Amino acid sequence: MILSNTEEVPGRKVRELYGVVSGSTVRAKHIGRDFMAGLKNLVGGELKGYTELLREARQEAMDRMVEQAEAMGANAVLNVRFSTSSVAQSAAELFAYGTAVRLE
Amino acid sequence: MDTTIWIQLISSWGVPLVLLALGYGVGTSVERSHYRSLRIREARMRSLPALNLQRPPAHWKIAGAGMVTGSVVVSVDYFKRFLAGLRGLVGGRIRVYESLLDRGRREALLRMKEGARQQGYDAIVNVRLETSRMASSRRDGKGTAGVEVLAFGTAVRIAR
Repeated sequence: MILSNTEEVPGRKVRELYGVVSGSTVRAKHIGRDFMAGLKNLVGGELKGYTELLREARQEAMDRMVEQAEAMGANAVLNVRFSTSSVAQSAAELFAYGTAVRLE
Repeated sequence: MDTTIWIQLISSWGVPLVLLALGYGVGTSVERSHYRSLRIREARMRSLPALNLQRPPAHWKIAGAGMVTGSVVVSVDYFKRFLAGLRGLVGGRIRVYESLLDRGRREALLRMKEGARQQGYDAIVNVRLETSRMASSRRDGKGTAGVEVLAFGTAVRIAR
């Protein structure tokens, strides 16, 4: 499976278009990480717990998108975009979407 | 009489003052060492260009492509947040937040580039940057836990 945020994969031709595929996940921070991040917030710098959390969540959203594309028989997803929205106080939705295609 | 006033003063102002001093001391050194590491790693990654052109230049022979991402959540220290709060009263440029976003963007770009190099790519095209604020768990939702910067793009391998 090839992922790309361009409208074509450089050097490859699109043979068939399948349409938009997407994947999402809603995550809440857990209390331990929140507490550590709160402490870290006093001295500034990277909040590693949150970086990890968001990276994992985004990966999961992408995995679900890829699953959907595979089910359609695609071998690539083009023009991939991400969006993040906070649904509730301590929860966020990570959303990934793109166009499933078959490359030659 | 004197001692009770001192006890009252310390109990009401002591904790914030200690936090301000801690934030200033540790926060400044954290920022300085982050900038040092950014400069070193950026120099190392200079040979892997990240372009925000939609496609690679026509004369490149492309042997492979794939998506790469890099992200980071960074926050400012207690002292800088205090300074920014003061700035909010009179308006104007808030330098401490400018440097926060600068660090976040450069770090995210670097992580994306480092990931691309690890996978054997030579360049990244169509680079995009997204920034989002993470709300803290404070009940009013006003506090900021930090900002997340996400960099992503399509990495390409060039045939030689």
